[in-house]
Amino acid sequence: MNGRILLGHGSGGRLYRDLVRDVFVAAFANPVLERLDDAAALATSGRVAFTTDAHVVQPLRFPGGDIGRLAVAGTVNDLATAGARPLALSAAFVIEEGFELSELEAVCASMAATAREADVAIVTGDTKVVERGAADGLFITTTGVGEIVVEHEIAAGAVRDGDVVLLSGTVGDHALAVVAARDEFHFTVPVESDCAPLWGLVAAALEAGGEEVRFVRDPTRGGLATVLAELAETAGVGLEVEEEAIPVSAPVRSACALLGYDPLTLANEGKMVFAVGPGRAEAVLGALRGRPEGARAARIGVVTAAHPGRVALRTAFGTRRVLDMPVGELLPRIC
Amino acid sequence: MSDPEVPSGAIASDAAALPGGTTAGDRVAALAGELASAAAERGPATYMEVCGTHTMAISRFGLRELFPEAIRLVSGPGCPVCVTATGDLDVAVALARQPQVTLVTFGDLVRVPASRSTLADERAAGADVRVVYSAADAVELAARLPEREVVFVGIGFETTAPTVAAAVLTARDRGLPNFSLLSLHKTMPGALRALLDAEEMAITGFLLPGHVSVITGSDCYRFVAEEYGVGGVVAGFEAEDVLEALLMLARQRTPAIEIGYRRAVHPEGNLVAQRLMAEVFEPCDASWRGLGTIPGSGLRLAPAFRSYAAEERLPVETGETVEPAGCACGTVLRGALDPVDCPLFASRCTPASPVGPCMVSSEGSCAARYRYRDVEGLEAEL
Repeated sequence: MNGRILLGHGSGGRLYRDLVRDVFVAAFANPVLERLDDAAALATSGRVAFTTDAHVVQPLRFPGGDIGRLAVAGTVNDLATAGARPLALSAAFVIEEGFELSELEAVCASMAATAREADVAIVTGDTKVVERGAADGLFITTTGVGEIVVEHEIAAGAVRDGDVVLLSGTVGDHALAVVAARDEFHFTVPVESDCAPLWGLVAAALEAGGEEVRFVRDPTRGGLATVLAELAETAGVGLEVEEEAIPVSAPVRSACALLGYDPLTLANEGKMVFAVGPGRAEAVLGALRGRPEGARAARIGVVTAAHPGRVALRTAFGTRRVLDMPVGELLPRIC
Repeated sequence: MSDPEVPSGAIASDAAALPGGTTAGDRVAALAGELASAAAERGPATYMEVCGTHTMAISRFGLRELFPEAIRLVSGPGCPVCVTATGDLDVAVALARQPQVTLVTFGDLVRVPASRSTLADERAAGADVRVVYSAADAVELAARLPEREVVFVGIGFETTAPTVAAAVLTARDRGLPNFSLLSLHKTMPGALRALLDAEEMAITGFLLPGHVSVITGSDCYRFVAEEYGVGGVVAGFEAEDVLEALLMLARQRTPAIEIGYRRAVHPEGNLVAQRLMAEVFEPCDASWRGLGTIPGSGLRLAPAFRSYAAEERLPVETGETVEPAGCACGTVLRGALDPVDCPLFASRCTPASPVGPCMVSSEGSCAARYRYRDVEGLEAEL
């Protein structure tokens, strides 16, 4: 479709109805959405997980993904951390007047493709158009409902001494892919965002580890360092992490050395951290490695009763330092 | 880049790529052993690193654990953000408040407390403050925003000054009348002389800055050994580089200036960069946090480029300079106070809520010590 988004597209009148029908319903095609009711009716049994996430990334497209893929994967992954299979998503769009319709269609196509990949439907939504300058192109908020498939509670509080910490793959790829796409460094980094929906990966881990899978978290903003520091703090346990065991791709490592970034503090959009009881850790690691999105999964550390609330990182030189959360604005809008 | 996965701890370097199957870890362990014997033979010594990147590397690699007890390593005035005087930050804040000004600078500076606010506060209050990764970006911005006065706040030592000089030349060649520079650049030799003259610290030797010395060479430090009888070794930034440089210092029987970072540094330095700096800048007195005014240790625009000087194009009034209450950053920058011994350290002053610049900048010794507090110390604390 040619043309641009006008203020009238947010008015609730004919333009709005056409936009919903020709762009959103066309892309997300599913029977619940097609009813165009104000609320979608869902059938669930048992416990549900419920989460929401706003996406403001710039640029909207970057190597390995775009804001649409990010919006779907981010919410699916947040549900997955609770052990929940995604049931349905909503999507709310804040669009700046003048935004290209073709660009909106491309974003919606990407959302639809990612939703298919995650086996979830986008069943309801909303659109607002704001004056030029009042938003930066396009903001998307997605909300998700998921059905919790495990009986036990997956939470930091369940983690205990001796548990093994697993990471599903390399860190830092997403943040560097987005930053490189902004072209502020005037050099290119051959890195793609890892942005991907991970319910399948988490389901495989839960199948292999059962109740021994005690903690699942996606290391997004703040990176692996933040997830580990928060886990130690919340659970009141110590963590011993091997820096050498944490996979970092060569381009990310080089770019970080050049820019002075620590890859452990960079955002990821397609990785999971697990804390698993020692008896099932190998089985879960095997299950992760058996899937393409977990091919580089690694055992990166253990939970200890020593130094509760702190993460000790053992360097390649056998020395130790405390791993803490980063402070302040490290990078521009990356998710 | 043939290896798809490399541990994040092992940053690529020519020093790490060794033949014969030895790993960087093995080499570091061997160097630590040699350093222990050299230090035992030599007796107690205090060395000072005068480069923020060394401060970061030492913390990041946890190298303090490997230093023998006889060796004390203190951080000096090597963090560009940290040594920037409060009064100079006040000028930057006053410039940012001018409605026609777009103020452009490097990252950490926006969070450093000036007398009454930070550049980040000013930005939140509506000032146009932007962060760039190079001075060339500021020139680009001036070309894109012809209706704005684009002021670049230049901080840093001989490492960054040549790139800023190149940016000024670009602005001139492109005829950009709306670009100007607030030069807060400083040079390292004068700071070393001031530290040695102060005689506050008995410094046995300096771990000399690697990046700065790529530009300046090592000959400019000869006075340290010749006039003050203090040694120095130019060090690189890998764990091995730092340990090797300390080992060279520990083995010095006669104070001398040596280069440990031989793969990048030559005694005469980078002559092209030096010529560029000499064309665009001239030495001036500079105000350093903690060290006061040091004659000839600053760089201001040379007469032919004075029209690009922000202080001349956009003169501003600043109020009285107020140093943050209780902040000991000045003493920390002279190496006379260990960050952990500052009463504010990790209590009133943390990276999330910094009182002084040494806790703001990632190269600051307080931030480095805070972020990478050693685990044993924490265990004792708990």
